[in-house]
Amino acid sequence: MKFRFQRKYLCIPYFLFLILFVIIPIFFIIYYAFTDSNGNFTFDAFVTFFTTTNKINVLVQSLLFSTLNTIVCLIIGYPISYLLSNPKFNKNYVLVLLFVMPMWINFVLRTGATRDVLTWLGINGGSHPYIATMIGLVYNYLPFVILPLYTTMLKLDKSQIEAAIDLGCNRVQVFTKSIFPQSVPGIISAAQMVFMPTMSSYVIPETLSEGKIVLFGNSIYLGFANNQWNSSGFMAIVMLVIIAISMLVTRNFTEKDEGKEAATW
Amino acid sequence: MVKKILGYSYIYLILLLMYIPILVLIVFSFTNATYIGTWNGFSFDLYGKLFQSEEIMIAVGNTVIIAIISAVCATVLGTLGAVGGFYAKRRSRAILENINQIPVVNAEIVMALSLVVMFVFIGNNIFGGANLFSFWTLLVGHIILAAPFVYLNVKPKLQQMDPALYEAALDLGCSPRQALNKAVLPEIIPGVFSGFMLSITLSLDDFIVTAFTRGSGLLSGAANIETISTLVQAKIKKGPIPPEMRPLTTIIFLIVLLVVIFISLRRNKTINVKSMKRRKLREKE
Repeated sequence: MKFRFQRKYLCIPYFLFLILFVIIPIFFIIYYAFTDSNGNFTFDAFVTFFTTTNKINVLVQSLLFSTLNTIVCLIIGYPISYLLSNPKFNKNYVLVLLFVMPMWINFVLRTGATRDVLTWLGINGGSHPYIATMIGLVYNYLPFVILPLYTTMLKLDKSQIEAAIDLGCNRVQVFTKSIFPQSVPGIISAAQMVFMPTMSSYVIPETLSEGKIVLFGNSIYLGFANNQWNSSGFMAIVMLVIIAISMLVTRNFTEKDEGKEAATW
Repeated sequence: MVKKILGYSYIYLILLLMYIPILVLIVFSFTNATYIGTWNGFSFDLYGKLFQSEEIMIAVGNTVIIAIISAVCATVLGTLGAVGGFYAKRRSRAILENINQIPVVNAEIVMALSLVVMFVFIGNNIFGGANLFSFWTLLVGHIILAAPFVYLNVKPKLQQMDPALYEAALDLGCSPRQALNKAVLPEIIPGVFSGFMLSITLSLDDFIVTAFTRGSGLLSGAANIETISTLVQAKIKKGPIPPEMRPLTTIIFLIVLLVVIFISLRRNKTINVKSMKRRKLREKE
């Protein structure tokens, strides 16, 4: 039988690639998480993780840092996105590009620069690790909040806002009853862009706190650096579970936002 | 009026804060002081040192090579995947899209670690303890980082396309390959381009995947492949950013600035063309 070309066959290379380098590696992580160094089945990593206060501390600290970072980025970024979506302020898209531009400068270099400038100002990781790390995190993730919020704000229903004004809402009510509810999908996708990446970040806490603050990402990285595949594999699974939970929780809120970064180009 | 001034001052204040670290590095790249904050008079010394530093030049070369090769591979794979998936049966498309979504939502570090444990396992159990880490493992890491975004960028363009286009081309005498090249590809090329650009930026900026999956090779020779990210990370772990890296920031900043200007010009142009077309249509009516 002769092979007959069909268009759908075009996706086979990509499909195989995904199976080989996305699906199978996840099974390897599961394998390593539940075996010991000799390859025997064990719950050691599981038990150690939940009984070592150190690891639980890292988990709680990471969750706190991620939450705080998400909130701070949203508080700073929300008004900016709102202003940028107003054509009065942003005539030809240049301001949006200015906010996004730092994303294209190597982030390790930027993190180093932030650390050096903070040290120059007297806020060094040695004496103020928490403040320095928070500044570094906000500084790095702010553009990721502004972009999805801005895209949502552009789609705000202006006539609904005007209707609210006509019907006698004051400014606060217009915001709480019309603008804010309409922007919730943007808030959710902005939070997604910040929360998980903060938890798994390595370079920023490592550099800005000079190694004093260990987030989940640092912890996994340490396991990797010391070839402790079993414990870092288990931590990766914890991470996967948290990701899955956050996906399930936010699922109902998000609209389809394919190519959310494509809007920039 | 007051509202406008307040709004502008808020925007510019945050912009200023965001750019301070980069601007400080750029300013102090024009002096030869060891630490930022001390000014030894204006000089271009550091620029000379930057280009003499073999270490940095190798890292820059590696970064660019990896970015281009991985972006080309990711763009080809992702585009083929999107086109094939678009014409596939609904169920297989759903499977493909769900798997495609995994690397998008997954934390980079988990993805990198999963690749590493797989390569370690295969090296230990199939190749008898061989070290598999090389340029190729690094390349796989960078492709998996970018290809899903190419897919997501091409998909909407396919959906906007006239679904009968391919059949029309076949009816007019094209071979399937010609039909894809001449009818489908021109329709999706903006998505392919933005996917490619995104792949480049993802690869240039990456630290975690590089640090995890790299081995020896490329310009680094027998040593571990260093990219800008890994080199800078190794340096800032020990102390402040080395003086000769400050000019590097200036150069990267200028390149990014040029790209941004190019984009905004292109964007304004397309907007103008669109409004012209609309005006013409209106006149016809």
